[in-house]
Amino acid sequence: MKISIERGALLKAVAQAQSVVERRNTIPILANVLIEAEGDTVQFRATDLDIEVVDKAPAQVERAGATTVAATTLHEIVRKLPDGALVTLSADSAAGRLSVEAGRSSFSLATLPREDFPVMASSEYQSNFSAPAKVLRRLFDKSKFAISTEETRYYLNGVYMHVSDGDGGRVLRCVATDGHRLARIDADLPQGAEDMPGVIVPRKTVGELRKLLEDDDMAIAVSVSETKVRFATPDITLTSKVIDGTFPDYTRVIPQGNTKRLEVDASEFAQAVDRVATVSSERSRAVKLQLDEDRLILSVNAPDSGAAEEELAVAYGDERLDIGFNAKYLLEIASQVDRENAVFLFNSSGDPTLMREGNDETAVYVVMPMRV
Amino acid sequence: MVANAELFDLSIAHMDCDAFYASVEKRDDPSLADKPVIIGGGKRGVVSTACYIARIRGVRSAMPMFQALKLCPEAVIIKPRMDVYVEVSRQIRAMMEDLTPAIQPLSLDEAFMDLGGTARLHGAPPAVMLARLTKRMKSELGLTGSIGLSHNKFLAKVASDLEKPRGFSVIGKAETGAFLHDKPVRLIWGIGPSAQESLDRAGIRTFSDLLRWDRLALSGRFGSMGDRLWHLARGEDKRRVSAHEPVKSISNETTFHEDTGDPDILDGHIWRLAEKVSDRAKARGLAGRVVTLKLKRANHTTLTRRVTLREPTQIADTIYRTARAVFDQSAQQAPFRLIGTGLSDLCSASEANFSGDLLDPQAARRAQAERAADTLRGRFGASAIVKGRALR
Repeated sequence: MKISIERGALLKAVAQAQSVVERRNTIPILANVLIEAEGDTVQFRATDLDIEVVDKAPAQVERAGATTVAATTLHEIVRKLPDGALVTLSADSAAGRLSVEAGRSSFSLATLPREDFPVMASSEYQSNFSAPAKVLRRLFDKSKFAISTEETRYYLNGVYMHVSDGDGGRVLRCVATDGHRLARIDADLPQGAEDMPGVIVPRKTVGELRKLLEDDDMAIAVSVSETKVRFATPDITLTSKVIDGTFPDYTRVIPQGNTKRLEVDASEFAQAVDRVATVSSERSRAVKLQLDEDRLILSVNAPDSGAAEEELAVAYGDERLDIGFNAKYLLEIASQVDRENAVFLFNSSGDPTLMREGNDETAVYVVMPMRV
Repeated sequence: MVANAELFDLSIAHMDCDAFYASVEKRDDPSLADKPVIIGGGKRGVVSTACYIARIRGVRSAMPMFQALKLCPEAVIIKPRMDVYVEVSRQIRAMMEDLTPAIQPLSLDEAFMDLGGTARLHGAPPAVMLARLTKRMKSELGLTGSIGLSHNKFLAKVASDLEKPRGFSVIGKAETGAFLHDKPVRLIWGIGPSAQESLDRAGIRTFSDLLRWDRLALSGRFGSMGDRLWHLARGEDKRRVSAHEPVKSISNETTFHEDTGDPDILDGHIWRLAEKVSDRAKARGLAGRVVTLKLKRANHTTLTRRVTLREPTQIADTIYRTARAVFDQSAQQAPFRLIGTGLSDLCSASEANFSGDLLDPQAARRAQAERAADTLRGRFGASAIVKGRALR
């Protein structure tokens, strides 16, 4: 194999591949990226056995072929090469080396045979549809903060993407929860997605997917089966296993009868929470909300470090309510609000609280209060 | 008693009860007085304490029970009655508190005391007060202990062991060097078999061997332990008697009479252990964020799994459910010979505000029920109310 490729194109392709590779690896080949050159394209493939990413880039292929080389090393080299450089990769399979040359720099990297590289088995997808990057970005960006890291409830370690009934008909819905907060985000159901099976997209996949969604208008081809999900742009294909488990019935968790309504400027609210939380104890991060007629007092009282209080003008017309929350949870949901005021709906100091943006029902957050 | 020029100047003491558990049993049942008594659990367990009669036959703490019985077949084996020992320990502690507030307990039956500056208060030097303490223990509790008195913790602990039982040993500053000179380094608390081995390889067996090493060479070879060794070799130990050694973790474990893989039996054990850990956490006002499950398989390999909770807990129900979930992931490794649970990454319980679990709305009610049950048990005794699970 021998190819020449522009440094920028190579860096982009290798960067995507190397981020999938696990840093600590017991199987040497999994630290490698598979480089395959044919026609006028070169393809970089990396996997951690759960996720596989394939990235194509145009290249001048002098000699078709394939090899595998350490992904992080190749990435580091390309990253440090000067912008605009033309990079030549040539594999010497007899010597088991890949030479990387650009300008006056040359490197020789150890390779492993391509035959050893595990390629993810292709599967039958039950559902194939296309969605704009912007739509998917919103679905995952607004839900991913609530993904659980708890290993014992592994089925919460991802975003549950499924078809459901929303306000105005069928919707494509993403839900994530860790038991303390929950995010439920809806989007119009794309054509062809009606029969999509519900899948739990793992946290790492959500992170990798994000890199495909930078360009608002890019159409993303989505394919879903019971066990796998695939997201593809013309250049990059991300395939991932989904979490083998049942996502809990989240609908009963979303409070329906909360009537005490607080409306507040989300960023003012977030900043105030952030300020008072400065003195909260490292572990509990408890912030108390005291609600009274059009007035909200945020306070923290941590015996070991001190106390803080801040008052905000808000719209609130119900009876007096004192309720505590983990400051981190409040900040996270408040930061999801970007267009209108944040609307909180409370029931009592012991019941889950609902938050949404204005009257927008397509993004709903639930957070559990804390004893204070 | 002892004659020593510095006798009335020394103030760091170590008190170690003599064959504590066994002595308590003999006290409570005089018919055991001249019989070899071993405290320990079942035929699979290990010796936790042997009385001096059993020790003469070669029985030692931590020895497997079957081996102890081979050495001393007529021994009376008694299951430990921890609640009694805890109570007696508390009585001894109260007596020590009459001497000084600076007490650092190492276990139920031994503690360091710093009596510095108490001579004027008591109108008697520490040595006299300590002698009175052992006398009082004998007359009021019917138990004996050995005292080591010196100028630091290391030497006080070494001293208390010199003339057990009923010993009173003193190591003064002037004689420290001569005393340590040909003593083996394994005298140092914390030098186990593996540290001993690496010291052996360096040709260090006695304190005089240690003295030949310079400070840099020792810390170069043994790291932080090396520096400590350098000081100890000179009889120096700067550690204070600290009454408030922070608790780092709380754990309980149990060894089965026979290896078991029965999920019902194991479930019962997980619950009881979780409850014990929770009781201890509640008693100390602590909560922890990390729950540990320890399993020892039939081949003695140990499996330890840790789960970090989102928020610290002291609730038995939460500890149980967490340990149980981890257990389910390891159950195929059965049978087991030992199971244990623990709680670590501790903080004060007042910081353990918890936000409830959206997906488990009953959790808050179970925690409430548990606190209600705790109140009942506090009033009517530990067995006033137990979970059905605990009976398995």
